[in-house]
Amino acid sequence: MSKAFAGRAALAALVVVAALLPVLPGMPVFWITLLNNMGLGALVAIGLVVLTGVGGLTSFGQAAFCGFGAFTTAVLTTRFGWSPWATLPVALAITGAAALVLGLLTVRLSGHYLPLGTIAWGLSLYFLFGELELFHRHDGITGVPPFNLAGWDLYDSRGIYYVIWACVLLAALATRHLLDSRTGRAIRALRGGALAAESFGVSTTRVKLIVFVYAALLAGVAGWLYAHMQRAVNQTPFGINAGIEYLLMAVLGGAGHVGGAILGAGLVTLLKDQLQRILPALLGAKGNYETIVFGALLILLLQTAREGLWPRLAALVAREHPSSRKPSPQGEAIRDLPKQVAPLPTRAMPRAGEPLLTLTKARKTFGGLVAVNDVSFEVRAGEIVALIGPNGAGKSTIFNLVTGVLPPTAGEIAFKGERISGRSPQAVAARGIARTFQHVNLQPTMSVLENVALGAHLRGHKGAAASIARVDRAEEARLMAEAARQIERMGLSAHMHRPAGSLSLGQLRIVEIARALCLDPVLLLLDEPAAGLRHMEKRELADTLAGLRAQGLTILLVEHDMSFVMGLADRIVVVDFGTRIAEGSPAQVRADPAVIEAYLGGVA
Amino acid sequence: MDTTILLFLLQDGVTNGAIYALLALALVLVFAVTRVILVPQGEFVTCGALTLAMLDVGRVPGTVGLLVVLAGLALAIEVWSHRRRLSLKLARRLAFAFVLPPLVIAALTWWLAPLRLGVLPQALLAIAIVAPMGPYLYRVAFQPLAEASVLVLLIAAVGAHFSLTGLCLLFFGPEGMRAGPLLTTGFTAGPIPVSGQSIAIYLAAVGLMAGLYLFFGRTLLGKALRATAVNRLGARLVGVRTALSGQLAFLIAAAMGALSGVLIAPVTTVFYDSGFLIGLKGFVAAIVGGLVSYPLAAAAAVFVGIVEAFASFWASSFKEIIVFTIIIPVLLVRSLTATHTEDEE
Repeated sequence: MSKAFAGRAALAALVVVAALLPVLPGMPVFWITLLNNMGLGALVAIGLVVLTGVGGLTSFGQAAFCGFGAFTTAVLTTRFGWSPWATLPVALAITGAAALVLGLLTVRLSGHYLPLGTIAWGLSLYFLFGELELFHRHDGITGVPPFNLAGWDLYDSRGIYYVIWACVLLAALATRHLLDSRTGRAIRALRGGALAAESFGVSTTRVKLIVFVYAALLAGVAGWLYAHMQRAVNQTPFGINAGIEYLLMAVLGGAGHVGGAILGAGLVTLLKDQLQRILPALLGAKGNYETIVFGALLILLLQTAREGLWPRLAALVAREHPSSRKPSPQGEAIRDLPKQVAPLPTRAMPRAGEPLLTLTKARKTFGGLVAVNDVSFEVRAGEIVALIGPNGAGKSTIFNLVTGVLPPTAGEIAFKGERISGRSPQAVAARGIARTFQHVNLQPTMSVLENVALGAHLRGHKGAAASIARVDRAEEARLMAEAARQIERMGLSAHMHRPAGSLSLGQLRIVEIARALCLDPVLLLLDEPAAGLRHMEKRELADTLAGLRAQGLTILLVEHDMSFVMGLADRIVVVDFGTRIAEGSPAQVRADPAVIEAYLGGVA
Repeated sequence: MDTTILLFLLQDGVTNGAIYALLALALVLVFAVTRVILVPQGEFVTCGALTLAMLDVGRVPGTVGLLVVLAGLALAIEVWSHRRRLSLKLARRLAFAFVLPPLVIAALTWWLAPLRLGVLPQALLAIAIVAPMGPYLYRVAFQPLAEASVLVLLIAAVGAHFSLTGLCLLFFGPEGMRAGPLLTTGFTAGPIPVSGQSIAIYLAAVGLMAGLYLFFGRTLLGKALRATAVNRLGARLVGVRTALSGQLAFLIAAAMGALSGVLIAPVTTVFYDSGFLIGLKGFVAAIVGGLVSYPLAAAAAVFVGIVEAFASFWASSFKEIIVFTIIIPVLLVRSLTATHTEDEE
C-alpha cells in the first residue's frame, strides 16, 4: 500500500466519521452546535494560515470580513427576500471588494505597521457595523431565514452541520491546492524579505493582495454561514476580540498548516465553551472571563511553542509510524511525475560577442557616501566577466543596480541596447537576467526542488484561481521537470526533496545557481558563488560554469577567490572605493600596478 | 459654527490630546527600549481611573488583587528560572523585588482607603498601586521573549491586553465608575470656561514631559535606557542590564498610564474595557511619530485630540471610526518612507 493511498484512505475514513457524527443515536445537539462553531472558526483560521502562517502578514481584522459576509446575506434575505444560497456570490463579491480596497492600503505596510493597520480598520469597521441604519445599528438584523435544502429548512444544528463542514473541507482542499502551485511558491517566498521572489519576477504586492483577498473570502464564507446558523446578525461577533481569537486559533494549531487551523479552531472553540461554563460559576459573576485564559495562552505559546501544536503532533505520528512519514505533498507529486513532459520553451541566445550589458557612468550615492563612482564597463554575450575588488569596493551595489534592487543616482545601465536602470527587479528578471545572492536567500522550510522551481516563475502563467481548480497540473509538471533538470545539471539530485535548510552553505550556493538557471537566463549574475565551497567543489563549479558558457550563457560574477577567477574569467573588471581601476584579461589585470596597490597596499 | 464653539472644541481637543500625549510618550519609550508595542497600555489607564474612583468612595480597589496576582506570577517565573541556583541571597533579592512591594502597597491601601484622605493622596496611592504592575507584566510576558521579533512581541502584547481586560472585569466588575475632580477651581478665558480638571491635565502633561526630558538627558539611569534603545547588545556589553531597562521602561509606562487614568477619572465614566480605545488613540499619535520621535508624537496626540473633539461635534456616532481611519494614511506614509530593513519577519 503506497503512502499516498494510506493518507487518502485515512482522510476518507475521517470524512465518513464526520458525516455520521450528527446521526449517531444519542449524540447531543449541544455537541453538534459546538462542532458547527469549530467549523466556522476553522474557515477563518485556514485563511489566516495562508495569510499569516505562510505569507507572514499578521491580521487582527479577519472578523470584520466575517461581518461583510454576514451582513450582506442578512440584508439580502430579510429585505429583498433572496434565497440564502443565492446571496453567496454577492456576499463573496462584497467581501472581496472590501478586502481588495483594504488590502491595497494594508499590504504596502511594512513590518509591525501591518498588524497595527489591521487593528485600526478592524475597529473602524466594527464601529461602522454598529452605526449603519441599513444594519439596524446596534440591534442588528433579526429573522434571517435558514438554509433550505430540497424543500427542507435547515433549522437545527444537524442540518447546517453538513453545510458548514462541506465548506471547511472545500476550503482545506482549495488551500492545499493553492499552496502547492506556482502562486503557492510565490506566497511561501514572501517570508524573510521577499527580495528573492522579486528577483525572479514575482510581484510581491500582487501576491500579498491575492493572499489577503483569499483569506478575507474564507472569512466572508464563515460570516455567510454564521448568519444562517444564528439567524440574527449584529456587530458583536465582528470586533477585534474575535479577530484576536481567530489569530489564537491559527497560532495554537500551527500557523503554517491547514490541519493546524482546524485543530486550533477546535481547541479554542472547545476551550471557550468550557471556560464560559466554568469560570463565571467559579468566580461568581457573569462576563467574558475566557479572555484571561486566551491571552495567557497566546503569550505562553509564543514563549514555548511558537510553531504551534500541529508540527509536534505530526512529529509524534511520524515517530509512532515511520512509514507514514512523507516529506511534503509536493515532493510526493513530483515523484509521480512522468519523466517525459514537454520541456518549457527557451529563449534564443544572443550571438557570441554581441554587447549584452553596458554600464555607462553608473553612479550610486548613499547620502554623502559614493558607493559606485561613475563605473563603466561592458559584458559581451558568451563571456564570463569577473568583478573583483577589496571588501566594500561597491561590487554588490553594482549588482543591485543592474538587477533593479536599487535605482542608480546617475548614469545608465542598458541590456541588449535597452535602458534597464531604474526598472523594477521583476522587469529586469523578465528580460533574462537571473542572479544569486551573497547571503543565501532561500526558504529553509521549502524543499530544494520547490526553491529552484521559484526560478521558473516567469515561465509559467497559471494564476491562483487555476491552481485552486487544479487545472494548472500540466504546466506545473513542466515547471517541476525544469527545476529537476536544473538541479540535476548542478549535480544536486540526491538532495532534491530535502528541505533547503538541511543543506550546507556551499550546497545552498549551488541551489541558488540552479534556481537562477530555471529563469532561462541570457545573463547570469553570481554574487560570490565559490564562497564556502571546498577545493574540489570549486573546481567542479568552475567546470560547470565553463560548460554554461559553452552553451552560450553569459556570466557576470563577483568573487574573492583569485585562483578561481583567474582560471575561469575571460575578462576581469577591478573596482576599488566604488571606482573602476582596471579592466582586461586575467594576465593583464594581474600585472596592473593599480590592482596590486589596491590589493597589497601602496609601495612605501 | 461660531467662535465660541470652535474655541470650546479646541480646548476640549487639547485637553484630550494632552492625555493622549502622555500615553504616546510612554508607548514611544517602551517601544524604543524593548521593541514592544504596548497594546495593554490602555489597561493601565483603566486601572488608574477605576482605582481612584474606588478610593474616592472609600473602598479597597480591585487593582490591589490584580497587583498581587501579577507579582505572584512574576515571582513564580523568577523562582522557576533560578530553580537550580536557589540561595538565600536570591531569596532576599526576590523578596525585595516581588514580595515586599505588593504586600506593602496592599497593606497601605487597606489602611488608607477607608480614611478617604482627599484627592491628591488618593491619586498618588492609585498611581503607586498601578505602576508596579508594569515591571511585573514585563517580567511575566515579555522578558522571556526579549530577543523575539517585533511582530511576535506585538502578538504577545495583544495577548496581554486580552488577559488584562478580563482581569479588570474580574476585579472591577462591569459597572462604570467616575471619581471626584482633582481641582475644583477654574476660570474663564474669554468666553471659554477652563475647568480645574483641564488645568490639572495640562500641568501634569507638561510637568511629566519636562521630567522625562531631564531624566533621559541628565541621569545615568535615563542614559542607560537610551543606550538600550539604540543597541541592546551594545548596551549589554558596556554593562547595562537590558532586562532591568525593560522593567524600568514598563514601570514608567505603567505610571504614566495610571496618571492618565487618574486625570480622566473625574471627567468620564470609565468601564473595565475603556482603556483600550483610549490607549489606541495614544497609539495613533505614537505612530505618527514613527514610534521614535517624542516631540512629533506629542504634537500628533494633540492633533488626534482635536480631530476627536470636532468629530464628536459633527458626527458623534462616527467619532471612533474617524479617529481610527486617520491612522491608515499615516501608516501608509510611514511604510513608504521607511528604509527597507525587512530582515524581520
